[in-house]
Amino acid sequence: MEKVEEFTVKVYSENHIGLLNRLTIIFTRRKVNIESLTTSEYHLPGVHSFTIVINTTESMIRKITSQIQKLVDVMKTFYYRTDEIIYQEIALYKVPTSALLESNEIEQLVRRYNARILEVTPEYTAIEKTGHKEDTQELLEKLKPFKLLEFVRSGRVAITKPMKELRVHLQELEEATDYSNKY
Amino acid sequence: MKTNDKKPTRKELPAEGTEVTGSEALIFSLMKEDVGTIFGYPGGAIMPVYDALFDYRDRINHILVRHEQGAAHAAESYAKILGKPGVVMVTSGPGATNLITGLANAMIDSVPMVAFSGQVPSGLLGTDAFQETDVMGITMPVTKWNYQITKADEIPEIVAKAFYIASTGRPGPVMIDITKDAQFGKMKWHYEKCRKIRSYFPYPKVQMDKVEEAAHLINKAKKPLLIAGQGVLISNAQKELMQLVTRADIPVTTTLLGLSSFPADHPLYVGMPGMHGNMAPNIKTNECDLLIAIGMRFDDRITGRLDDYATQAKIIHFEIDHSEIGKNVPTDVAIVADARDALTKLLPLVKENDHKEWVESFRKEYDNEYRKVIRPARESRGDDIKMDEVVHMISEKTDGQAIVVTDVGQHQMVVARNYRFKQSRSFVTSGGLGTMGFGLPAAVGAKVARPDRMVIGFTGDGGFQMTIQELGTIAQHKLPVKMVLLNNSFLGMVRQWQDMFFDKRYSFTELANPEFTKIASEGYGIASKFIKKREDLESAVEEMLAHKGPYLLEVKVMKEQNVFPMVPAGASVSNMVTE
Repeated sequence: MEKVEEFTVKVYSENHIGLLNRLTIIFTRRKVNIESLTTSEYHLPGVHSFTIVINTTESMIRKITSQIQKLVDVMKTFYYRTDEIIYQEIALYKVPTSALLESNEIEQLVRRYNARILEVTPEYTAIEKTGHKEDTQELLEKLKPFKLLEFVRSGRVAITKPMKELRVHLQELEEATDYSNKY
Repeated sequence: MKTNDKKPTRKELPAEGTEVTGSEALIFSLMKEDVGTIFGYPGGAIMPVYDALFDYRDRINHILVRHEQGAAHAAESYAKILGKPGVVMVTSGPGATNLITGLANAMIDSVPMVAFSGQVPSGLLGTDAFQETDVMGITMPVTKWNYQITKADEIPEIVAKAFYIASTGRPGPVMIDITKDAQFGKMKWHYEKCRKIRSYFPYPKVQMDKVEEAAHLINKAKKPLLIAGQGVLISNAQKELMQLVTRADIPVTTTLLGLSSFPADHPLYVGMPGMHGNMAPNIKTNECDLLIAIGMRFDDRITGRLDDYATQAKIIHFEIDHSEIGKNVPTDVAIVADARDALTKLLPLVKENDHKEWVESFRKEYDNEYRKVIRPARESRGDDIKMDEVVHMISEKTDGQAIVVTDVGQHQMVVARNYRFKQSRSFVTSGGLGTMGFGLPAAVGAKVARPDRMVIGFTGDGGFQMTIQELGTIAQHKLPVKMVLLNNSFLGMVRQWQDMFFDKRYSFTELANPEFTKIASEGYGIASKFIKKREDLESAVEEMLAHKGPYLLEVKVMKEQNVFPMVPAGASVSNMVTE
């Protein structure tokens, strides 16, 4: 059996309605679950980027990314192992302010985990932490005993370690394409 | 018929900048894309477009089908025969959902098709309006691209894009959904053909280093075998293929969808590979030292058990779709490009060669197959007519020159095995999806595409009844299609599997059928004949071929005939069973 690993897929595309649907169909058709998905505008005009985290085998991720690359509105797609990217997730926690006031434990947790307090009201306190999933998860476990009211974690955002820019990749693709064809 | 049949008056396109409606813009855009025929079915949400079409019906031929699925299959067939996109037009809701099978079929068989559906006005989207369905969502998995138009002025650009995407690279179906307000809306007419899309790279340039590697392997091969797939037809590489194999003396096998890309009477032609293919190409796949695959995707019906497929051979894969490389079979040299472009670059590097003994060895396998399987089926002496006899006779009587269309199942395999195609672009069948009901509407599409050629549609009693209503289309449009119904009163292929792998438990495969010739002749006024005796076969075939109009020949064939040889599912291609 081939090893299951965590992969981060980056997709650069046109910003078209329905493209997200087309992308996810490629995963669901192969019964591969998406662990997290983040989409945002890229710094090149009109380019949209998706960051998708999945656990699967390398042969499957290769098939999936080559199917994604085939989508008409997708410019370029890549997959990375975790050591090839720099990534973060953001987590928000809501605790009752009374719990914060009862002792200094929450304050210590905030300091120890490099989290920060976003807002304090008489009713609740909002805490933010960015980091890897393990870090935000650990803080979550620590905050649970303090009557945690709400928790949310974002999808992964990632930038890549390889230096080759998307622009260059696209230029290469274009140069490798024969537009002088019969159509 | 009380209809406004006054002659169409408008013929020419308006000047650029003229104000037109979205519907008119759609019709003009189709004219700009050189669309000669639309297969369609009108309904509420597409009525403005049909109204615009009425004025241009001498410029664009409209074939009124009897079910939208029929429109899709007819358009696919039209596309395959002519090598340009088939065009479909339907209404919203059920009109669009009825297309799904056809879209899926076109998607898996890489058929260029542009389908238009009407949609409820944009203000009503998402309100569960009458005949509203989520066409974008529902067609996404079965289209190469789709788009919903909600404003009239989007129409020309999107139509141009649709035709470009459908027909370039690896072709496929494109679905365009147009809201009714976009059809009614006004826009300034302007058209520009699409030549490039920023995110779409349809024709990879041929990589010369790969071509050189391929040429090297071809030049030194002692036992090469070439599999020609549909990509040869799509890229029009028939001539280049012929040059390559005659120069290097390479036996050619054609996949089901590649049939007619290479003449069956050529000395290097060795038949079809795969589950019900010929023995020689299957057995030799596991003996060759070089396998050259052109425009095919190593489908499981071709390869049988993958870890026992051509493991001894070097493999060169010519394929325009990069995602097909290594998907099923690992390759030694992959040339990701249009087949014709690649072969044109390859040819100057290929040396004259001679593999007499190797080519001859295919003949031995063929003789063996002929003795064990082919002759007994074609020259049956039993009471019942076998399917092979009928197909073989029609192949002989038409000298392999007809366009042949099939439905799906046993008869499909029998036709693929027995019809000897001598002309290119002459075979239309549903390959990847295996769509029963494909045959009759596909015969319609083929005849519309090539009225000058004989079109013979083979079908079985199961598939025929899935789209039998298209007899109405044939009758109304007076399409001289020859239909050959091989009736064994069974869902034959399923019954064969029940026979071989389910202990002969014939679970729901026997059909109680109507009198088909009555339906055709009395119902639709289509000439027909029913025969069940061998001595009537020849004269009936001759009568059908000589008949001027459409004709249904129903042949009662042996009830429990199995198609052989066969690579049982999951077995190696070299282990074909003959009984």
